[in-house]
Amino acid sequence: MVEFNVLEHELVPSHELLTPKEAEAMLKRYGITKDQLPKIRVNDPCIAALIDAGKDIKEGQIVKITRASEVAGVSVAYRLVVTA
Amino acid sequence: MIPRALGKRIMGIKFEMLSPDEVRRMSAIKVITADTYDDDGFPIEMGLMDSHMGVIEPGLRCKTCGGRVDDCPGHFGHIDLAMPVIHVGYVKDIKRLLQSTCRECGRLLMTKDQIDEAQRLRREMDELGGDTTDFDMLTKRTAKDASLKTICPYCGAEQMKITLDKPSTFRENGHKLTPKEVRERLERISGPNPKTSMVNPQEDLEIMGINPQVARPEWMVLTALPVPPVTVRPSITLESGDRSEDDLTHKLVDVLRINQRLRENRDAGAPQLIVEDLWELLQYHVTTYFDNQTSGIPPARHRSGRPLKTLVQRLKGKEGRFRSNLSGKRVNFSARTVISPDPWLSINEVGIPVEAARELTIPIRVTAANLDYVKALVKRGTEPVDEDGNYLPGVNYVIRGDGRRIKMTTKNAEATSEILEIGQIVERQLLDGDIVLFNRQPSLHRMSMMAHRVRIMRHKTFRFNLCVCPPYNADFDGDEMNLHVLQGLEAIAEGEILMLVQENILSPRFGGPVMGAIHDHVTGIFMLTYRDPKFTREQAMEIVNRLGTGIVLPKPKTIDGKEYFSGKALFSLALPDDLTISYKASICEKCDSCKKEDCKYDAWVKIEDGELLMGTMDAKGIGAFKGKILDKIARDKGTTAAREFLEVATKLSIGAIMVRGFTTSIDDEDIPLQARKDIKKMLDDAISDVEKKVRAYNEGKLDQMPGRSMEETLEVEVMKILGKARDETGKKAGEYLGIENSAVVMARSGARGSMMNLSQMAGCIGQQAVRGERLKRGYDDRTLPHFAPGDKGAAAKGFVTACYKSGLSPTEYFFHSMGGREGLVDTAVRTSRSGYMQRRLINALEDLRVMPDGTVRNTAGTIIQFKFGEDGIDPTRSIQGKAVDLDDILTDVLGEEPEPGDDDREIIGYGEQEHDTEIEPDEAIEVEEEGGGGDYEGGGSGGGEG
Ligand SMILES: [Mg+2]
Ligand SMILES: [Zn+2]
Ligand SMILES: [Zn+2]
Ligand SMILES: [Zn+2]
Repeated sequence: MVEFNVLEHELVPSHELLTPKEAEAMLKRYGITKDQLPKIRVNDPCIAALIDAGKDIKEGQIVKITRASEVAGVSVAYRLVVTA
Repeated sequence: MIPRALGKRIMGIKFEMLSPDEVRRMSAIKVITADTYDDDGFPIEMGLMDSHMGVIEPGLRCKTCGGRVDDCPGHFGHIDLAMPVIHVGYVKDIKRLLQSTCRECGRLLMTKDQIDEAQRLRREMDELGGDTTDFDMLTKRTAKDASLKTICPYCGAEQMKITLDKPSTFRENGHKLTPKEVRERLERISGPNPKTSMVNPQEDLEIMGINPQVARPEWMVLTALPVPPVTVRPSITLESGDRSEDDLTHKLVDVLRINQRLRENRDAGAPQLIVEDLWELLQYHVTTYFDNQTSGIPPARHRSGRPLKTLVQRLKGKEGRFRSNLSGKRVNFSARTVISPDPWLSINEVGIPVEAARELTIPIRVTAANLDYVKALVKRGTEPVDEDGNYLPGVNYVIRGDGRRIKMTTKNAEATSEILEIGQIVERQLLDGDIVLFNRQPSLHRMSMMAHRVRIMRHKTFRFNLCVCPPYNADFDGDEMNLHVLQGLEAIAEGEILMLVQENILSPRFGGPVMGAIHDHVTGIFMLTYRDPKFTREQAMEIVNRLGTGIVLPKPKTIDGKEYFSGKALFSLALPDDLTISYKASICEKCDSCKKEDCKYDAWVKIEDGELLMGTMDAKGIGAFKGKILDKIARDKGTTAAREFLEVATKLSIGAIMVRGFTTSIDDEDIPLQARKDIKKMLDDAISDVEKKVRAYNEGKLDQMPGRSMEETLEVEVMKILGKARDETGKKAGEYLGIENSAVVMARSGARGSMMNLSQMAGCIGQQAVRGERLKRGYDDRTLPHFAPGDKGAAAKGFVTACYKSGLSPTEYFFHSMGGREGLVDTAVRTSRSGYMQRRLINALEDLRVMPDGTVRNTAGTIIQFKFGEDGIDPTRSIQGKAVDLDDILTDVLGEEPEPGDDDREIIGYGEQEHDTEIEPDEAIEVEEEGGGGDYEGGGSGGGEG
């Protein structure tokens, strides 16, 4: 158990796990395969925090990261979960 | 779609040592004789040019792979050395190994605990992601510890002192170790232990930074030498028929000869002395074969006295393989010469000397449509001129259907033109209007290389419009520039559409104009518009005449029976008819509340429907980096309109400055005697204030500032007093430097220089600083022997009361130089550091691109950014980084300026920023960009350019 949930820190953007359906749709929207996504490691503190929150995260799943952007207001990115 | 999985990615490249075994295994032939070719010119078997190592003559076949010149890649051979020889590239490692291992049993001179600790450190570093340099440092530290041991902890043998006699002789307590002895010692490390007849543990090598899986230390002492393929050291046949061998071949000949003699002498049982001499000679030849600039030995030379270029010389330095052949390549269809200005050219043009135009060509394919034209072109020959002797393009080469090039001469021109056929290619000389790329190094942004239209001109320099100086960062103190002629239709089209100068007026760096009026253009436009001067009809014609025909003069006004033309009306000729804009000019006094239309300084610019109603044109209107009008026209009316505006405005400006005349000299900084006295008084007061503070400090009566020591408090207080004094003297001097003063005109209009510069010339130079502090270094407790030790007064710590005009006292001059030196060093350091940083960034980003769906991807199609810049905005087209300019749209729609509150949006991020133009006190000593700094350029590489 982590002592502090990093996801609650104001500087940490929100991380959400995509459902297989959502992931499928996203990949289709960009016309890409999973390997063309930016990566995030399973042992990344944010992923660890998600797992602690009860999510079952394995390699090959995709997280959606929504961050406040200075220029765009809100900016969305996706990352593929990979081995540590 | 091609499955991406088919592509293979390179996971990594490993560099390992070659074992003698591997050298022999990869060898196609053992080379034993130093001869190259026999009398018939065929390669000698087992000689240095043996055809097993590849072929260089057409017709012959490789004996290894059977390929001809073009198919055979070449194959390595090898030489078996009669005696082992040290590899110069590894002497440092050999020394380290010898020093840190036992001379008898070969164990690392470390106890078990030490070894465990060393291993732990390496593991830890691995986990923390250490790079090679980190590991190198660790290895060095470990080796140092080990070499301090005098007794072997395993066999108890006493260790002796190993020294290296450069470049490759090892000594033990002064006695020479032969390469053979060195090799035997290296074999024992993590190898057979003669004392225990067991194998020494592998960890010994691991700790020394060598992976025993792939490398053995004894391989650093060569027993077999690879011979590179013939193809990497081809011999050339001179016109006389003599063969000239490559430097590497020459060196290998030396190695083979000595190797042979050494073997013979050794086998014949020659005296030890002779064998040793030959052995050393072999060592010399092998060493210079690797690196002919090894310190400590004379370089091997050609008969002519030229040093041989051996392996290291082929790779190293500016002329080496990496920097010269891999990172940079030479190209054809290019030219380089000195640049000079030409205000008559369009900003899209470049003037090219006839001599260059005759050498540079564009290929044109002969078609049914252009056959007659091309025939006539070819018939002209290579140096045609018209009846007035003016340049006409000729043809340098005709390329026939079979690919053969025919060089044109005056003799064959006629005949070649007759037999010209459709499908052939004719290389035509440059013609006015051709598209070429023009470039000035350092190419730091994309505007460093732009497409221009050719104008062939007399004289020998490249010429271009002055408005294009800022993007190239060019001046004319000897700068040279490069020019490349585009060779394909696609390239020409791309160049014209994407790279033409006018298409790059707006910079992608900050979304504003990078081109625009500079220097006298700005002064001129100021003189044309400030307080709406009157010009007579003659003067007005003079100003307008360089715009060409079709200009309609504005309506003259009549005052006292004389007609005159208004400068503002003349300037309005340059404005598009429906332009409406208003802003504060450069000369704005920044009053507490801006009176706008009622500005008494003529600083509120108001343009309505292409008519300059009020205000002064200056850098803020049409200047490079700042020009608001230019920015607006480029944005709203397109690049052609922007180019036309810029050209017309600068021509008007030149007209105005020529009609009025403009000069500046040292007496522009004259101020009345009374003002000088006032300034002296102000400075004296400030200095005595400082003295008071210093006295208070010495007596400990200074009020300490929170968070600062007494000393810091004093410094802050003193800096404050002196800074204020300098500002006040500047203000005082400024009172006498009015807008009628030429130097002030330049400073205020933004043409060149600043009021700060002027106040330093007329008032007081101020505090000199190094690292942002008052000067303190030099002698013990004082800066110069002219002052008492511990003197903390103004003069003793670098306050310069003089102005540039009055001249500096000797001590002041010295202090000023100290501050100036820091500026120079800073610039030198900054440029090299930022250059390196930029290269790293470019290497990381160069193959990224924005895809049609707005994502940024690399060549593998991996997404780097899901939306370009997160907002998908092209910075070139942004309004100072923002997607839309609401104020501007509102103005357009409502026809009335909306109240912008009072935040008055200043252009942020423009090339020149506020802190660039307003010099801070410690930067006061302006580092002259030309000259001065140049001394530090290039590290003495020879170029004598500005
Ligand atoms: Mg220069
Ligand atoms: Zn071959
Ligand atoms: Zn020992
Ligand atoms: Zn004002």
